[in-house]
Amino acid sequence: MEKFETFTGIVCPLDRSNVDTDAIIPKQFLKSIKRSGFGPNLFDEWRYLDHGEPGMDNSKRAVNPDFVLNDPRYQGAQILLARKNFGCGSSREHAPWALADYGFRVILAPSFADIFFSNCFKNGLLPIVLEEDIVDKLFRLASEDPALRIGVDLQAQQLFPGGEAMPFEVDPFRKHCLLQGLDDIGLTLQQVDAIRTYEARRKSEAPWLFS
Amino acid sequence: MSAKTLYDKLWESHLVRSDEDGTALIYIDRHLLHEVTSPQAFEGLRLAGRKPWRADANLATPDHNVPTTDRAGGVADIADPVSRTQVETLDANCREFAITEFEMLDHRQGIVHVIGPEQGATLPGMTVVCGDSHTSTHGAMGALAFGIGTSEVEHVLATQCLIQKQSKAMLIRVEGEVGAGVTAKDIVLAVIGEIGTAGGTGYAIEFAGSAIEALSIEGRLTLCNMTIEAGARAGFVAVDDKTIDYVKGRPYAPTGENWERAVAYWRTLHSDEGAEFDSVLTLDAAAIKPQVTWGTSPEMVAGIDQPVPDPADESDSVKAKGMSRALDYMGLEAGTPICEIELDKVFIGSCTNSRIEDLRAAARIAEGRRVAERVKLALVVPGSGLVKAQAEAEGLDRIFIDAGFEWREPGCSMCLAMNADRLEPGERCASTSNRNFEGRQGQGGRTHLVSPAMAAAAAVNGRFVDITLKEY
Repeated sequence: MEKFETFTGIVCPLDRSNVDTDAIIPKQFLKSIKRSGFGPNLFDEWRYLDHGEPGMDNSKRAVNPDFVLNDPRYQGAQILLARKNFGCGSSREHAPWALADYGFRVILAPSFADIFFSNCFKNGLLPIVLEEDIVDKLFRLASEDPALRIGVDLQAQQLFPGGEAMPFEVDPFRKHCLLQGLDDIGLTLQQVDAIRTYEARRKSEAPWLFS
Repeated sequence: MSAKTLYDKLWESHLVRSDEDGTALIYIDRHLLHEVTSPQAFEGLRLAGRKPWRADANLATPDHNVPTTDRAGGVADIADPVSRTQVETLDANCREFAITEFEMLDHRQGIVHVIGPEQGATLPGMTVVCGDSHTSTHGAMGALAFGIGTSEVEHVLATQCLIQKQSKAMLIRVEGEVGAGVTAKDIVLAVIGEIGTAGGTGYAIEFAGSAIEALSIEGRLTLCNMTIEAGARAGFVAVDDKTIDYVKGRPYAPTGENWERAVAYWRTLHSDEGAEFDSVLTLDAAAIKPQVTWGTSPEMVAGIDQPVPDPADESDSVKAKGMSRALDYMGLEAGTPICEIELDKVFIGSCTNSRIEDLRAAARIAEGRRVAERVKLALVVPGSGLVKAQAEAEGLDRIFIDAGFEWREPGCSMCLAMNADRLEPGERCASTSNRNFEGRQGQGGRTHLVSPAMAAAAAVNGRFVDITLKEY
């Protein structure tokens, strides 16, 4: 995983609550056996006017001009602004893959679904929980022209929506992994002895789990 | 020793190590795999030159993509080439890494959340994970079970562990007796209606109370299955005699001396008297009517005797906007009585409601009746090959076929429409599945979530009906 560096990016406002992972990446694209290439089909059913299928040439499809991702102001956006319970539903990691592949690096919302939240960190995406009134304010700013740009400094845990710095919370372990670009499996395999010790104890206590 | 919740007991017994900030490494006893969320994980293992830590802790089956029509031609005959590749990839990966797989033509194949308990592969006290959010299902066995992403699938394959933080504990008590025709599905939809789809976010939910104790294991599986629709990754029920009777004699269940030891341990799997929860909610079972969702989120749900709600009555403006958008998508007018909503298709199946008890409940309604003229397709998709065989032994297949339902091969089918079973734009479906999201059952499709008996009654009437009325 690449290290998460400080950046300033355009904010794309997606004004819906309970955006589910089926909407983020519809099921027909889950048939891929790869991790990459999902970006062009991010929010497929909202973004295009026709029905999308894997293998289509997306550059030839009619786009929905009313969908925020197609607004010229938000082209190249790296920060997605969303409403509560973003990423609910299916555990598909294809959702963060699609968001990251499109170019998003940060998602701001009042709340996230648990599995999606955890999946983001495994893919260099930073989900940030903000108070509802701050999110409201950002939605107002993001709907203006030109588009709102926000600076993101993970090390300092600060956002810069112009003017004053705005602090945010992040789990210290997840922060460390993002900043260092660490993958979890490598970290866990440093604990081989602890896992073996646990297994030996568990085997004597509950042998039926190992037969 | 202080009183512990069931969640504390399950968590602590799987703790390999923990850091001061609460980040923990927990051990996974059972890992279930299917074809959609595993290929990239196996590819990751291969690229890193890693092997599964414990191949025997894994059990795989294809379910999301498999056709539910005639399969005699095997995997090579799956019409959609992309679906076929995914199923072939699972078969190849399981062979390469020596993982047990119930392949498509194996009589034990089925929806991963049906076959786990059915095989005794999910046992009380286990940690159970799968790259699928409905893994919460297995909590019905008194297990800690939750869905994970593909990176975590790879992590479990490589290390048999996961990095997690302990969730908060919620207790939902459902007390009293449900009325006739009210099922586990109605209980869980009522819970979601009460706390909302984000109400359980950050929590593990224990279901308790006399109405939960009265549920069969099948009912508890339905209940825990939809915990994720309330926002909680894990939901579970304490072990009791029903749990132990259910497990006994299943292929993967312990035997002999191990059985005795296991049962003694399983009997400790309940919250202690006086254990403290971060949140407690109590519902009155008798007040729950058969539930029908009217919108595009499972929390948009009402009793069969209610009208479709009016966004104008909602004080929260973001919520009201969401309701208006949902009604627009669903093609419904506020104020329409739920029992006047007419259906185009009916789907009975999915990891929520495809077990033998579900099929019996639907067949009881279908028996001697006919699918209504306006219903273009009424599909019954058993959860596994063994459920199908059992249903056929009981003659349920004949009841469905005689009533005009289609009787299919096991799989996820029209719950998420990855295979050929789907809705066309604008079609309205009574479905026993778990998600009514926009496009879930096919682009532009409109889903109403209900119990199996409610779905069968909708099929024979062409509209929703109240099955608590005496003619049913």
